[in-house]
Amino acid sequence: MRALITFVYLFLYAPIALVVLFSFNAGRNASEFTGFSTMWYGKALGNTFLITALQNSLMIAFSSAVLAAIFGTMAALGMQRLSSRARAIFDGLFAAAIVVPGVVIGIATLVALIEVFSFLNPALALIWPGERPPQLGLGYGSIIAAHGLFSLALVAMIVKARIASLGRDIVEASSDLYATPFTTFRQIVLPQILPSALAGFLLAFTFSFDDFIVAFFVAGSKTTLPIYVFASIRRGVTPEINAIATMVLVASLLMILVARVLMRDKKTKAQAGSRS
Amino acid sequence: MTAAPANDIEFRSVTKCYGSVTAVSDINLAVPKGAFVALLGPSGCGKTTCLRMIGGFEQPSEGTVLIDGREMNGVPPYRRPVNMVFQHYALFTHFDVQQNVAYGLKQARPRLAAAEISARAREALEMVRLGGFEKRRIHEMSGGQQQRVALARAIVNKPSVLLLDEPLAALDKKLRTAMQIELQTLQRELGITFVLVTHDQEEALSMSDMVCVMNAGRIVQMAKPQEIYDRPADLFVADFVGKTNRISVTVEPDGATLRLANGMAIAARSCLKPGAATVALRPEAIDLVRQSTGDGSSLAGIVTHRIFLGSTAEYQISVDGLGDFLVTADRRSVQESDLVEPGERVALTFDPGKVHVFPA
Repeated sequence: MRALITFVYLFLYAPIALVVLFSFNAGRNASEFTGFSTMWYGKALGNTFLITALQNSLMIAFSSAVLAAIFGTMAALGMQRLSSRARAIFDGLFAAAIVVPGVVIGIATLVALIEVFSFLNPALALIWPGERPPQLGLGYGSIIAAHGLFSLALVAMIVKARIASLGRDIVEASSDLYATPFTTFRQIVLPQILPSALAGFLLAFTFSFDDFIVAFFVAGSKTTLPIYVFASIRRGVTPEINAIATMVLVASLLMILVARVLMRDKKTKAQAGSRS
Repeated sequence: MTAAPANDIEFRSVTKCYGSVTAVSDINLAVPKGAFVALLGPSGCGKTTCLRMIGGFEQPSEGTVLIDGREMNGVPPYRRPVNMVFQHYALFTHFDVQQNVAYGLKQARPRLAAAEISARAREALEMVRLGGFEKRRIHEMSGGQQQRVALARAIVNKPSVLLLDEPLAALDKKLRTAMQIELQTLQRELGITFVLVTHDQEEALSMSDMVCVMNAGRIVQMAKPQEIYDRPADLFVADFVGKTNRISVTVEPDGATLRLANGMAIAARSCLKPGAATVALRPEAIDLVRQSTGDGSSLAGIVTHRIFLGSTAEYQISVDGLGDFLVTADRRSVQESDLVEPGERVALTFDPGKVHVFPA
């Protein structure tokens, strides 16, 4: 049994460990470790295509995560007011958004966007007062929208769990102590759900930053970091790719770690409070 | 300008429905200024709904709730001159003790001076004997301390009415007794009207000066604690408040004699409607005697169980022809020896004036 578990974990993590190891390889060969070197990191960071892709990814990840955090939190708050039946429906929809495969989301979003554009662009051309009407098309906007929409469900689920653990009575207590609904929200509800919204933001950021499939469908001519990595792999795996992968890995792990700490911290505190 | 209303809270034919379920039905209630009123009843009797309608968390479906003589229908909780101590305290865990207590004061418009807020918060904390705990986090406090923070957070605002929703339910028995005394003292010191919701009859009887017994959404009886206990309005009150023995009887056609199932006759205090009825008799209204008087004025039975309680003892006695009786006996009232042993035959006597008769 123990051997089996060991094997499973090896199978999962050994390739990742190899990528990290070979990112420090002094030679070019991806199958033979010839010495320790950080030269590939230097090379990666000196690659302007790569840097552009990285900047695109960061910008898209940040924008979509901000949108997801704001609208996801709002969705979670709004869902409290729904009847339990409507809430169950929305719960199901959010869960569905998370379990639906990326390929499906990618294709569906692509088809939907193209349909909308082919309808909107002529309409826009018709009412546009200037000479050259703007052409809506695939690009940063469509990636941000696709990522943001998916991450919204993620954030909503996380924040909703936090709200559920808060209970209605602190809201009532605040109201009883003369606080208007707005003050109650600002002073009592928001501070308590902010860490979970922030955790949701970080997870949304990580998801967007790492995502290849959805972005690949809706990116148009734009390149994100995962798309760049995918494209360059066709020219062969170089230690440079390994270096990029290692950097992305470390950044993602850090984000998820921070998100976990944010989510756990509040929970244990609340438990300690109710226990005593 | 009219004179200040004598009642702090008034319910005028208040009904509250949740969908097809009626939680509270046609309640009329007047709580005089400075009173300590307990709403007592089993869970689901509507007592908490009543409290929440005073607090403004629920609106009556019909009728009016008045506070200080003002109609409160549609007025949100944050515009009502009442404060509530929640059952699970509902403290703000991201604030410290001082911030919790000062919260209500900080909402006042025009704003109060910071110095006044902290002075009043300190005063309130000292009243609940938590002086010096200002900077503590909520989760560093024990249950009893959290309870007192919740209390301080409410009384610091000097409300006209303080609402208490089962405030002592989460405390252990010893702490509960201590808090009962503290709450009573506090109420006298502040002179604020207290409305307490509880399902614990002991708590209601010991703390309040007016008990309102509720059942199935209605008020069954509202009276002073002693009167509730001594003269219960119906069988429900007799059963719910304190312990009671229920005996089925028949009222003779003369309307003045009660006939028990074993043939014994009791003289009624007043003229009753002939027919079936139920008699309620408190366990401590019965005297335990070792020898039967044999003249038909006592019941004979055998002791089946004894619960020793220190100064008193509770006996379960199987009375011939009538079933089980509960008797509380003062140790000194039993002759010859302190305790009657299970298995002993005894006689039960009682003062006919102490029985309560309820028509079936």
